Amino acid sequence: MADDVFDAVILERGEYPGAKNVQGAVLYSRMLHDLVPDFWKEPSNAFERPVVEEKMCIATDDSWITVGYKSHKFLQGIPNAYTIIRVNFDRWYSKKAEEAGAEIYTGVKVDDVVRKGGKIVGVKTSDGDELLANVVIACDGVNSILSQKAGFCDELEAREVALGAKEILELPAEKIEDRFNLEKGEGATLEIFGSTSFGMLGYAFLYTNKETLSLGVGCKLSHYQKTGLRPSEHLELVKKHPCVRKLIEGSKPLEYSAHLIPEGGFNSMPPLAKDGFLVAGDAAQMVNPAYREGSNLAMTSGRLAAETVIEAKKKGDFSEATLSAYVDKLKASYVLPDLEDMKDLEDSIESSDGFLDFYPRLACDLAHLRFAVDGTPKREHMKKAFSMVMKRGPFKLAKDLWPLRKAAA
Amino acid sequence: MTELKKIHVEKETVEAKLGLLDYKKYAETHIKLKDTSPNAPCATSCEDKPCVSVCPAKVYEWEAEHKKILVAYENCIECGACRMLCPHDNIECDWPPGGHGVKYKYG
Repeated sequence: MADDVFDAVILERGEYPGAKNVQGAVLYSRMLHDLVPDFWKEPSNAFERPVVEEKMCIATDDSWITVGYKSHKFLQGIPNAYTIIRVNFDRWYSKKAEEAGAEIYTGVKVDDVVRKGGKIVGVKTSDGDELLANVVIACDGVNSILSQKAGFCDELEAREVALGAKEILELPAEKIEDRFNLEKGEGATLEIFGSTSFGMLGYAFLYTNKETLSLGVGCKLSHYQKTGLRPSEHLELVKKHPCVRKLIEGSKPLEYSAHLIPEGGFNSMPPLAKDGFLVAGDAAQMVNPAYREGSNLAMTSGRLAAETVIEAKKKGDFSEATLSAYVDKLKASYVLPDLEDMKDLEDSIESSDGFLDFYPRLACDLAHLRFAVDGTPKREHMKKAFSMVMKRGPFKLAKDLWPLRKAAA
Repeated sequence: MTELKKIHVEKETVEAKLGLLDYKKYAETHIKLKDTSPNAPCATSCEDKPCVSVCPAKVYEWEAEHKKILVAYENCIECGACRMLCPHDNIECDWPPGGHGVKYKYG
């Protein structure tokens, strides 16, 4: 965007790019490849490990089922995903933006938009400076003060966001590879559902970096509000769970962080295009929690916003009518279709009393029955299993499971 | 959904975790309570005080003696959760001035 037609300026309130950013972090490659082709072929410290295995645990207090998929096909062509450490990645990514001609100003806090005749024509910094522009793109994250100041959305509510907390744990590369059954340099992810969330909607995660692990928790803020559990303590409880304890044993905490994740999705989106104003990424609630996607949606929406602005520049028209092409582009991409399909998933899961407690326990009880050899005929096991499932009642089962179809695609 | 119950944890570990962080300090607070009077909801009607129990950086502390919330804004890791946590919309949490506040090394 920056090189030929435009002067592009990026304003960052942190002392350096990434200073305020927190992510799990798994980054999907294809959307980055769209912006920085073949990025994985150049040496850099922006990427930790390419992910070859994705695992999920469904846990009770003392037992758990593991479901996983491992394939080296993930590494063929464009590698599917990398674990990253956000600050390293952001420093690299911002250099790429500079190389493309963008100017980056760090340590600049934007306080408000500047309007002229109702149209947004720039931003005002906390030092009182005004920076004028044809278009302002709000990419200021989940707490999009800019979209709020522009009057396009209200303060988010506790039920529309998740609160995540994370620790970076230092562990030698060989230990990581041994414990996660990995070849040198390869990575794995693990997400844990069930008792580690203490009845709240969310999960714990453990990702492998080069010489660190990222251990995190994330649950709906409105649920933390009810349990009164501090995420730092939640992390400590997860560390003690037998499914996690041995994997992180002997590791040393290097950094603790916390961040909000927008989860209101499609139903909580602000208007995406106005006169002289576009919203992208977390600021536009573009997170797909069922698929652990967020930074890729931010990259794609940022790219589509830039393409829209380039077209508008050619037309010399930055009105809402022209900039609305951004919304059409998002509809034609995976971004809006996915978010639309997921829009009621969280509510359905939350409105059932089964997912956060009954089903994890049922799954573990059934697994126990399957693997325990106790001298009773297997047909008795089958009968028992059937009655365990039917405790839920066929109607409730169907009602619980139907909304999940969209998360299984 | 099932009713969520209070979870009590005895150990406080957040201080040690915050000790790992780098901050560029600023002399003025970026967090304000809108109402600090003796009639403020914190002193009169807010029993749970989710800001006190949940804030991941333990910025808020209830001082029972003076019936008020103390705000340790220096601890803030800028997640913004407090604004949504407060059931009485009594917290005004802006960002620290440009370049100040928490500086993540890993993020």
